[in-house]
Amino acid sequence: MNALTDTFEDGRRAASTQKRPLRMRLAQRGFDGVTLLMLPAVLFVILLFVYPFMYGLFLSFEPKKMATEGIFANYITFFNDPFLFDTIWKTLRLAVPVSILNVALSIPIAMRVRLMRRQRLLTTILVIPITLGTVLIAEGLLNYLGPQGWLNRTLITFHLIDGPIRLVHNYAGVFLSLLISGFPFTFLLTLSYVTGIDPSLEQAASTLGANARARFRYVILPLLAQGLAIAFCLTFVQMFSVFPSAVLLGEPAGSTRVISIAAYVAAFEEYDYSMASAIAMIMGFVQLLIVVLILASRHIFYRGPAGGAKG
Amino acid sequence: MTQHQPASEKLWSTVIWVLVIFFVINLFAMIASVVVSSFGTRWLGTWLPAGLTTRWYSSAWDEFQLGEVLIVTFQVVGAVVFFCGVLGVPAAYALARRDFPGKNIVMLLLLLPMMAPPITFGIPLATVLYQTGFGGTLSGVILANLVPTVPFVVLIMIPFIEQIDERVEAAARVFGAGTWSLFRYILLPMLAPGILAALLLVLVRTIAMFELTFFTAGPANQTLVVALYYAVNAAGVRAVQSIDAMAVVYMVTTLVWLLIALRFVNPTQIVARAKRSDAH
Repeated sequence: MNALTDTFEDGRRAASTQKRPLRMRLAQRGFDGVTLLMLPAVLFVILLFVYPFMYGLFLSFEPKKMATEGIFANYITFFNDPFLFDTIWKTLRLAVPVSILNVALSIPIAMRVRLMRRQRLLTTILVIPITLGTVLIAEGLLNYLGPQGWLNRTLITFHLIDGPIRLVHNYAGVFLSLLISGFPFTFLLTLSYVTGIDPSLEQAASTLGANARARFRYVILPLLAQGLAIAFCLTFVQMFSVFPSAVLLGEPAGSTRVISIAAYVAAFEEYDYSMASAIAMIMGFVQLLIVVLILASRHIFYRGPAGGAKG
Repeated sequence: MTQHQPASEKLWSTVIWVLVIFFVINLFAMIASVVVSSFGTRWLGTWLPAGLTTRWYSSAWDEFQLGEVLIVTFQVVGAVVFFCGVLGVPAAYALARRDFPGKNIVMLLLLLPMMAPPITFGIPLATVLYQTGFGGTLSGVILANLVPTVPFVVLIMIPFIEQIDERVEAAARVFGAGTWSLFRYILLPMLAPGILAALLLVLVRTIAMFELTFFTAGPANQTLVVALYYAVNAAGVRAVQSIDAMAVVYMVTTLVWLLIALRFVNPTQIVARAKRSDAH
């Protein structure tokens, strides 16, 4: 009996001595009441981002035709039906050229704008299309680029073209809307990377006799490559998920039937959530693939601080 | 930088300015064509409409039930801003003040919903919301819109909180402040500009957020941008000018808030903030 209470006491003492250090040990490693403040937000993201994503992944392996064609039926259908499979190429055919053009235009313009004293006016103007969003840009371009729109009218007045050129309800319309909505984003991102490069590095190169082209090629570009890779990835991912402008400004049944239209039709017109999830997963996978390819290739370039000071 | 630039550099910089000006002119012409059309009576085959009128605004107001749409929009935006603040700011405080194992994973978890395009995760998210009965309801729209914005607030607030000296909080503790009074009298006043900036950006983003609302909204709870999409998509049914009038209402709603937001934030913050936390 005595021995039993002793062990009991021992156990309690052990538990209490263990409890205190555990709490302190946790606090030492950074887990205490303050750390718990992040839990609601983290739980929210897990519940409404991670869980739906996983749910979609599993749902895509539970196709309507599971009994006859097995769990991969959705993916087999997607890759065998040209109407579905071609949406990948149609999307890439829009997203890749627009992203390259956006980054290519952003670099020289950002290089020039960073020397400006009053950047704020230009950056404010460029924030407007980002804020208005793709739906409004599509609606505006329908007016502006249409056969009776101001652009065609101006070109005809200056005798640059004979009759109105077709710029809406085709590839060109979607391309131009992606350029208008995507360029400001790419540019502002590139500008923030360019301004992060210490100007004294360029001055040093200049002192050593490098002209503008050599300074850009051998000093700026290697420092910028990292940022450009990220800017390209973010732009590409946005362009790859083009939706409203492909419907409103393009040919949603023809040349601009992009992958997001296929996913939308599967989910909200055919009510086949399993197929829609499969398309969404394929879409995410293609985006991931391109991003990984780009980020892997940046190892070729210099990685390190872009500041001129020590450290 | 230097006084005497070579001719080639001058030419190059001229080319760049021409490009920028060309872009800006086209952008403004596009916006102006919507505004002009919304005030025009008849506009066929001429530079400007035949006459001016404001009747499209009253007809758009009735046809598209803009009153209800605006109320829904403000309900959604108000709720999103509120919950973003409640969920995002404490999380940002925790992440700014504590270092713990697994912090990188938490940061990645928060970065992903911001970087992933809404279409990609919107469809699985809508599926889950419809299965749980939230699809097509106002709360479903609010929940969907919180997914990219809560991480956005966290990532914007972290640097703001890191700027505040921890010793200020310690001093308040020494003078006997409890957690609530510490928050109320020390943190809140010091963080107010940051919270205001973050929530204004959330507000602007939520008004313009099309995809997530489009996927989750039922007919009774469309926001302005979704209603505009349906109107443009069904063009031909309504007069073009009526749709343009609605587009102007949307532009004014968005740009007023953008103007207010720009008084508190640098425009580049709207796109570039994520990258700084991504960099390390």
